[in-house]
Amino acid sequence: MRQERNNIFFGIDWLLVLLFLLLVGFGWVNIYAASHSDESIQIFDFSSRYGKQLIWILSSIPLIILILFINTKFFQQFSSIFYIISLLSLLGLFVFGTEINGAKSWYRFGGVSLQPSEFAKAFTALALAKLMSNRKYNLDVKKNQLKAFIIIFLPAFLIAVHDPGSAIIYLAFFFVLNREGLTLAYIIFGCTAIISFIATILVGVKIIIGSLFIIITTYLIYNIYRNNRFLKFNWIRILTTYVLSMFFILTGDYSYNHILKKHQRDRFEVLLGKTTDTQKIGYNSNQSIETISSGKFWGKGFLEGDKTQGNFVPEQDTDYIFSVVGEEWGFIGSSLLIILFIALIFRIINRAEKHANKFGRIYGYGVASVLFSHIVVNIGMVIGLLPTVGIPLPFFSYGGSSLWGFTLLLFIFIKLDAQKSYDW
Amino acid sequence: MKRSFLLYFLVIIIGLVFIGRLFQLQVVRGRSYNPVKTSAVKIKFDFPERGYIYDRNGVLLVANQLSYDVMIVPNEVTPLDTLEFCSLLKISKENFLKRYKKAVNYAPWLESVFLKQLAKEDFAFLQEKLHKFQGFYIQKRIIRNYPIKSAANILGYINEVNELVAKKDNYYQQGELIGKAGVEAQYEKVLRGKKGKKYFRRDRLNKIMGPFKDGIYDSIAINGKDITLTIDSKLQQYGEYLMKGKRGSIIALEPSTGEIIALVTSPNYDPNMMVGRARSPNSVKLIGDTINKPMYDRGLKGTYAPGSPFKLVNALIGLQEKVIDEETHFYCNGGYRYGNREKEFMKCHCDIYGKPIQLNTAISKSCNSYFANTYKRIIEKDKNSTKGMNNWSTHVKSFGLGNYLGYDLPEGDKGLIPNGDYYSKMYKYRWNASTNISNAIGQGEVLTTPIQLANVTAAIANRGYYYTPHVLKRIKNKAITDSAYTIRKQTTIDIKHFDPIIEGMHEVFKTGTANWVNIKGIDIVGKTGTSENFMRIDGKKVKLPDHSILVAFAPKENPKISVAVFIENGGYGSTVAAPITSLLIEKYLTGIVKRKWIEDRMLKTDLSSIYQSQILAPKKFETGTK
Repeated sequence: MRQERNNIFFGIDWLLVLLFLLLVGFGWVNIYAASHSDESIQIFDFSSRYGKQLIWILSSIPLIILILFINTKFFQQFSSIFYIISLLSLLGLFVFGTEINGAKSWYRFGGVSLQPSEFAKAFTALALAKLMSNRKYNLDVKKNQLKAFIIIFLPAFLIAVHDPGSAIIYLAFFFVLNREGLTLAYIIFGCTAIISFIATILVGVKIIIGSLFIIITTYLIYNIYRNNRFLKFNWIRILTTYVLSMFFILTGDYSYNHILKKHQRDRFEVLLGKTTDTQKIGYNSNQSIETISSGKFWGKGFLEGDKTQGNFVPEQDTDYIFSVVGEEWGFIGSSLLIILFIALIFRIINRAEKHANKFGRIYGYGVASVLFSHIVVNIGMVIGLLPTVGIPLPFFSYGGSSLWGFTLLLFIFIKLDAQKSYDW
Repeated sequence: MKRSFLLYFLVIIIGLVFIGRLFQLQVVRGRSYNPVKTSAVKIKFDFPERGYIYDRNGVLLVANQLSYDVMIVPNEVTPLDTLEFCSLLKISKENFLKRYKKAVNYAPWLESVFLKQLAKEDFAFLQEKLHKFQGFYIQKRIIRNYPIKSAANILGYINEVNELVAKKDNYYQQGELIGKAGVEAQYEKVLRGKKGKKYFRRDRLNKIMGPFKDGIYDSIAINGKDITLTIDSKLQQYGEYLMKGKRGSIIALEPSTGEIIALVTSPNYDPNMMVGRARSPNSVKLIGDTINKPMYDRGLKGTYAPGSPFKLVNALIGLQEKVIDEETHFYCNGGYRYGNREKEFMKCHCDIYGKPIQLNTAISKSCNSYFANTYKRIIEKDKNSTKGMNNWSTHVKSFGLGNYLGYDLPEGDKGLIPNGDYYSKMYKYRWNASTNISNAIGQGEVLTTPIQLANVTAAIANRGYYYTPHVLKRIKNKAITDSAYTIRKQTTIDIKHFDPIIEGMHEVFKTGTANWVNIKGIDIVGKTGTSENFMRIDGKKVKLPDHSILVAFAPKENPKISVAVFIENGGYGSTVAAPITSLLIEKYLTGIVKRKWIEDRMLKTDLSSIYQSQILAPKKFETGTK
């Protein structure tokens, strides 16, 4: 047993590592296709994006080794500190941050840019796991629920100030809560809220408030019919429902029209079909849909995608990297990639379920949820089912912070998973 | 286990939705994806040489020259020295901004025409400096050149293709040139060839990155085919020369083939006016001249009462219907009475009193009474005016009248040949030959175009049949084979009836109304004509000088040319139309004109003052006697 403890590779789920390598490797191939030009032929051309990505990939190896080397108890104990550090790093953006692409989410020093929000995901997951793995913690108690919400919403809120799109994925942590016993009511409530929000944009405040009024009243009448004294006992709740729903719709409408910036509103409207300006506002998603469609079944072949090579899709090496896959690898290639991602998430859930203790399981679910939400939002946007949101595709999109952040996220779990077999 | 189910379930569902969406995009939609029709591919067109046009003797009528358009892609334009640019293009700054706005409105990411047809001298200067002006390109185009400044009405011109046509059509793009009138339009597909296409990969900034798929979709340009027309340019030019100062038309056909030797309309214009940048302002001028109408081909579209030449048709029908023969005679006495009221008297100028008039004399002296009698006999043959009229109409139409002749030029008119049903509809009371007796002498309801009259003359020259007139002789040295032009069309008149008529026509030149323009050594036969016409000036019907007409062919045996000349307001046929016809025939058959005094007189004849007087009251133009 002692021997095994010294071997940092013992107990590692090699399937997860394999999936990781496949994704990173295939990701790099597509970044090469997206960012190469006829002039640069060297793989190690460091002024190009694919060259830089290669550096990030290679430099993540020491990071991986470091993580594997560290004892999991360390992660457990220091999770709160890491969490507070990440909160501070997010706060620090207000003072020291640099604005890139319209979002003040970056630290810049010496030619290197770092995005703290990418690392905050892992640390939030750790903190959540720490909180909820306590034996006395019961998710049915409202006070505990509140604690969990705060852990999730604090970083989300700090990020949302600069970049609302990136903050959305923190909602994914609700999957974790759900797994640990949170009533489905919250999720249903959340979904209803989102649907009402979208409906408000489409149809208008008055119609939605009117419809909600009718629905609540109908429900009320139905219950009174069944039970005459329903009103007497529940009138507070009923009143609150009316007021809150109206308030919610109005706030939603207000924040949509006055807090969201115009280009963000426009993205919604393009998706919902309210605007059809494909030259300016809808240009990105229109181009990416065209590019993906042109790949047909077999794809055009590596480096043969003329839209990719012509740089038609903006951000084609970052947010829209999936369109490169669509054009050059076709239906075959892009479906296989989706299956690869599904396999990754499935494997993580599968391994997480095998943990007897809560910490590993909760953290594992956190990893799976974070990855899942990124994949859904990113690919959904590129194929035109969701509005344009600046979310990277894990392990695929160009970006050092993003790659390191996800590598950190995943390998902490791999380490936790490896050690579980003999620690507890 | 139950709790974990949610995430597994969601992952599967989303996975299926995404793969389904990919299927929809890539397999279903992707099926109709044309690899060439995408914004990532840029097409460069290589315009081929447009077919040259020659006359029947190989004289070059239409050639090509190069023209350069300045094109713009607004999205690529970077801040530039507008002063220098405008001075190179020779336009003002306001003009520049106007054109720029127009291009942006069309499509800022597409190429459109910024300045058409740069002058040759300016092109060289601009090309040198063009690299300084991002977003502007030069597109080479082929435009026309007319070394011989005549036959504009036959040749037509080329112009930019209409935007709506360009959108629907697969071949033409915005800014391309297409034949718009005359031969250029009629034979557009033959003349234009096929433009070559080169496909290039480009990036979103419209920069060329290299050939697309190594050029497997490219195609090379195929030059247009040269064509030879039936026109004799020397005769054409001579005809236009003689028609100076006069309005009207000349048609010359070759009876044995239907080939159009000359087709003159006057007033006309120099075809070079419709070339290059001057085309736009010039066409406004030419089309806007609604008085002279230089772009209106009077030979093809002008409908007039045919006048006395129509008597020949009536005579032939009379012979065919056996209501007259060569010996039949009538008396004239200054005119023909067709009704009991005082005004119902048709005057005649043949000046033959008291003597019986037979067919030969009737033709040579153009006696109205003879033909009025003949016409009446034809219509009333079976005591049924409607039947007689229908029968008469069938005969007339067999000469190609009353309908489109079917020649290969895009303009024309049917004319009008009434029949029994026409009049039954028009008149609520009973009618007979006397009601429309003017048809007998080529006035009344009958209307023809000059080319129709020339065709009738050709049919007579052939003794009973004609070939549809046409202007195309050869495509790339291969003679045409279209049966529409190579198969005879028979008239309803037997061949034996033509000789007496032709004798009469010969008499016209020997002793008749056109004897002063007879040509020594050539047997010209023909018929003079005078077509009355009126105009309403200030509400009153005013009689204008008659139109002067002549139809003729020569030589009498084995005719080589049949001619119809129509001079608006030229007076008696023998005054202006006859001498012009005679000069043309002399020129065509002998090569030179010896009777200079006639030529001089024709050149000096200028009817402008008569035309001027008509401008005073531009109201309805009437022809006919009623």
